[in-house]
Amino acid sequence: MALTKEQIAKRISKEVKDGMYVNLGIGIPTLVANYVPKNLNVEFQSENGVLGMGPFPFEGEEDADIINAGKQTITILPGGSFFDSAFSFGMIRAQKVDLTILGAMEVSENGDIASWKIPGKMVKGMGGAMDLVASAKNIIVAMTHVNKAGESKVLKECSLPLTGVNCVKKIVTELAVMEITPDGFKLLERAPGVSVEEIRNATEGRLIAEGEIPEMVID
Amino acid sequence: MIDKRVKNAQEAISGISNGMTLMLGGFGLCGIPENSINALVESDVKDLTCISNNAGVDDFGLGLLLYKKQIKKMIASYVGENAEFERQMLSGELQVELTPQGTLAEKCRAAQAGIPAFYTPAGYGTEVAEGKEIKEFNGKPHILEYAYNADYSIVKAWKGDYAGNLIFKGSARNFNFPMAGAGKITIAEVEELVEPGKLDPNEIHIPGIMIQRIFQGEKFEKRIEQRTVRTKD
Repeated sequence: MALTKEQIAKRISKEVKDGMYVNLGIGIPTLVANYVPKNLNVEFQSENGVLGMGPFPFEGEEDADIINAGKQTITILPGGSFFDSAFSFGMIRAQKVDLTILGAMEVSENGDIASWKIPGKMVKGMGGAMDLVASAKNIIVAMTHVNKAGESKVLKECSLPLTGVNCVKKIVTELAVMEITPDGFKLLERAPGVSVEEIRNATEGRLIAEGEIPEMVID
Repeated sequence: MIDKRVKNAQEAISGISNGMTLMLGGFGLCGIPENSINALVESDVKDLTCISNNAGVDDFGLGLLLYKKQIKKMIASYVGENAEFERQMLSGELQVELTPQGTLAEKCRAAQAGIPAFYTPAGYGTEVAEGKEIKEFNGKPHILEYAYNADYSIVKAWKGDYAGNLIFKGSARNFNFPMAGAGKITIAEVEELVEPGKLDPNEIHIPGIMIQRIFQGEKFEKRIEQRTVRTKD
């Protein structure tokens, strides 16, 4: 069974360790915060100038001045702080943020990522993604393995305009967990009931599957 | 105390003329100088180049200036919330310079701090780097980016005093902070304008020297783009 978006987020939440500062992108990455165990001390950074992001506010307590990078109303936890955009990207460039989780349209086997533009069709802009991927030391991509047309998004080379080069470390899709290595996409885990063959068929880039590949544990 | 007060938004934007470059603070709709934007919409000034992280939504913020075709060129990092923007861009009516958000913020900060240019790794290997000088530092390629040169900066703060000192609230500090003083003239609109001495000098985010004109906005709608809540249970 392929994972749901929530299950992808749940699997990625296992990559979040105690003491980490984490930046979550828009979409599936935002959901990761819901699954990080409460006993871990983790602070979420939002690039618009928030550290120590909390859950959504209770109804009636929304504050137009407290939002996340997805423009959603949020809260701030005790110990949190607000700062300006230049300072925010300063802490990103200076690698103070330990883990960056973001979405993508394509990832290539050397770790290139494309996520911001489909020429002639869709241009939303790169937002903070180019700054994040150029500087972050640990980047995990959360995305679907194939696009709506059924074409692989896990590629030999990206076909869309790039967001960054040689930067992605790991990918979690509805089918698999893969690590980017000098030899290609190393298959680490497969979704429960999904075969290596199915993953290989959905992967255009070089997939390395050595020995028994364990199933993901999603509780 | 040097008094920076002007009467209202109309007086604050006087001098902004066709073809000028403006910086406008805010992230999404959070912390945008909405009174000044409304005054610009009424003024019919056109051919503006606007530097702003986003372009508002169709019927609020910079979207209003776009709708009236007062903007010739938009410099932003993310414009996904605005359908009219996308239409004007794809049809070629509007010039667009998409810039990585951290680079955009730093180009403002550099202007604010009197630094003409800087190197950043953001955008290396992408179309953002095309035609730009590349230099390696510590084995990593960086792109040369220049400070913005804007005629006016327009920022929004929570509280301000007659001297132009500003305090921001929550995540509305965003681009308002690095844009304050980055343009040749900076206009600040505030929710609450107080007498000098009422703000604690220890808590001032932007000192008044960066601000030339300040006024209390007549009305703040402070529209929420994505109202997300949880229920008590």
